[in-house]
Amino acid sequence: MFDTQTHKDNAVESKATKIECRDCQVYYGDTHAIKDVNVDIEDKTVTAFIGPSGCGKSTFLRCLNRMNDTIDIARVMGSFKLDGEEIYDKRVDPVQLRAKVGMVFQKPNPFPKSIYDNVAYGPRIHGLARNKADLDEIVEKSLRRGAIWDEVKDRLDAPGTGLSGGQQQRLCIARAVATEPEVLLMDEPCSALDPIATAQVEELIDELRQRYSVVIVTHSMQQAARVSQKTAFFHLGNLVEFGETGQIFTNPEDPRTESYITGRIG
Amino acid sequence: MNAGLVLLVVVALAAIGFVIGRSRAISTAGGDARGLHSLPGYYGQTVFLFTAVPALLVMIGWLLFQPLYIDGQISDMISDTDIAEGSSRSLVMSDVRRVASGLNTALEKGIVSETQIASMTTDNTDVRAMLGSAGIALASAVEQNILTVAKEYRQIKGTLGLLMAGVVILIAAAGFLVSVKRIHPDYRARNVSERAIKALLIVASLVAILTTVGIIFSLVFETVRFFGLYPAKDFFFSLTWNPQFSGGSDLGIFPLLWGTLYVSFVALLFAVPIGLMVAIYLSEYASNRVRSIVKPMVEVLAGIPTIVYGLFALITVGPLLRDYFAQPLGLGTSSSSVLTAGLVMGIMLIPFVSSLSDDVINAVPQSMRDGSYGLGATQSETVKQVILPAALPGVVGAILLAASRAIGETMIVVMGAGAAAKLSLNPFEAMTTITVKIVSQLTGDTEFESPETLVAFALGLSLFVITLGLNVLALYIVRKYREQYE
Repeated sequence: MFDTQTHKDNAVESKATKIECRDCQVYYGDTHAIKDVNVDIEDKTVTAFIGPSGCGKSTFLRCLNRMNDTIDIARVMGSFKLDGEEIYDKRVDPVQLRAKVGMVFQKPNPFPKSIYDNVAYGPRIHGLARNKADLDEIVEKSLRRGAIWDEVKDRLDAPGTGLSGGQQQRLCIARAVATEPEVLLMDEPCSALDPIATAQVEELIDELRQRYSVVIVTHSMQQAARVSQKTAFFHLGNLVEFGETGQIFTNPEDPRTESYITGRIG
Repeated sequence: MNAGLVLLVVVALAAIGFVIGRSRAISTAGGDARGLHSLPGYYGQTVFLFTAVPALLVMIGWLLFQPLYIDGQISDMISDTDIAEGSSRSLVMSDVRRVASGLNTALEKGIVSETQIASMTTDNTDVRAMLGSAGIALASAVEQNILTVAKEYRQIKGTLGLLMAGVVILIAAAGFLVSVKRIHPDYRARNVSERAIKALLIVASLVAILTTVGIIFSLVFETVRFFGLYPAKDFFFSLTWNPQFSGGSDLGIFPLLWGTLYVSFVALLFAVPIGLMVAIYLSEYASNRVRSIVKPMVEVLAGIPTIVYGLFALITVGPLLRDYFAQPLGLGTSSSSVLTAGLVMGIMLIPFVSSLSDDVINAVPQSMRDGSYGLGATQSETVKQVILPAALPGVVGAILLAASRAIGETMIVVMGAGAAAKLSLNPFEAMTTITVKIVSQLTGDTEFESPETLVAFALGLSLFVITLGLNVLALYIVRKYREQYE
């Protein structure tokens, strides 16, 4: 009994840190949106960011693949290290970085192209396939990992926008997976989906954990509890608490976390 | 009593009606406006509407039909002997109207009295001299018959004018009384006012539609007359355009159509790529500050009068192209050329393409861009593979609108491309377009009833059909593909 306990702890401990964030600050113009956040995101783990609306969790997520660069007024400070390398270093090409740190958005956003072209988009721009057969293989593999292959294999030429909301979101996940990222960022991936589609996507997230480090922003505490191993609670731009998901939901240390998960603030 | 005065009376009555209706509404509710179905002002509005609208509609109808009725009455009084050699009934009719209004002016100035007019004949008065002293110049002496008819015309017009004033004011008063009587706390005045506003909006849009229909009809009638004088087959299929003032012209549309399409094509060749790149820069790359400066500056191009562009073509671009391209290459010696007009027109069209495309590109959801950047695409990859395909229908619409604008352009072509109707592939040759020829045929000295003049209407109708077709196509494309990325 004692042995298994230590063994399990060791398993968690042994996972390598994928992204290390230190003293992170984000400003939108004069607004201080993220204040002194320190987080270690582990490899092959699902990390959930929870917190009330406007607390900065999406902003922080967008720092991890420099998506905030596309917003003129956003300024990011502090240290973000992916595998020990500074993300915001001048030598890092944000475009290359985003291929390594993929992203799935709140609303499914398939391009107005065929299902095949949607998935092949990333591999094509990064030159991941040597020939057509190679590309076909990547597309099939990605769609399988997105758990949508069986539903679309007969209509790869149909427009991606013609799928249902849940299918579109899984297509977007497949599209993100196709560039072989190391980290997958998901910004409320289920908020536009019905419960059945949500269940499918959650199941998928659990499978993706075998291969990638997944960071998910969610408004649903049940979802965070179901899919994640680590949870970070943000409030008013501060990281209030970060730890094992079970720990956070059953025995939070900070009174604000407890108030939030019991529904008293937020 | 003239129409302006009647209008004033009706409006005044309606304004009084508003005040009375409002206060009556409050008094029927026992002084408490909360007991009313609608706000008191709405009751005032219903009285205003019922007083003014029917009366004014009757007045408008009356004013439209009165001249027709009077002309019918008077026309019978003019015998064929009154119509001089080389004149026509309509010319005599306009003489009658002129004398009649001259008499009125003379009366107002106190030169003659009402009784003097009644007893006036050409024997006892020199009507022409008398009217001349009142400031009305007549071309020839007034015949006795004409004077009689003119007096009759005055008479009928005066009677009808009084009758109209009476009827219109009566209708206004009736509407006033009925609507005031109807006021009751349960009366849904607010809904009446709502329907009135709806009717007003419908009328406004009808004006636009009916004008278009009117334009088409006027073109169609004249075109039919043209085809009565000149075979349609020759017009559409003849390869020569050679109008002769003495008759026997070749009036084939083909060389003009070729010139029109060639110039427009050259213009679009310049305007579309540049306009599109401007739009992409402004919407995707430029910072807000740059955008707020550059966009209005580009749009200034759209505000420059086309005659100024024409001057630019004539003085700067034409000689430049001739001296540095046409002559060294041995392609021509004319400073007026298709390329001159096309180039300058292309500059004019840049803001059309860029402004519309910019709006369309901005309408592509941000989530598309995020999706593409999130996969590690660069900006130009995103533009090329995601944004342009998504914005394509709108961009095509913008291009087609620019094309119909290019086809209808006149001034730049007159000054840049010349007026010679030619069928040639050489872009350094002078050519001309449909619009230019419409102007030159209509402003010539030929008789109106000749095919040389009427051809302008056939050309105009052809142009109208072409541009209408392009606009419909543009609208169709925009609508069909608009929601694709939603």
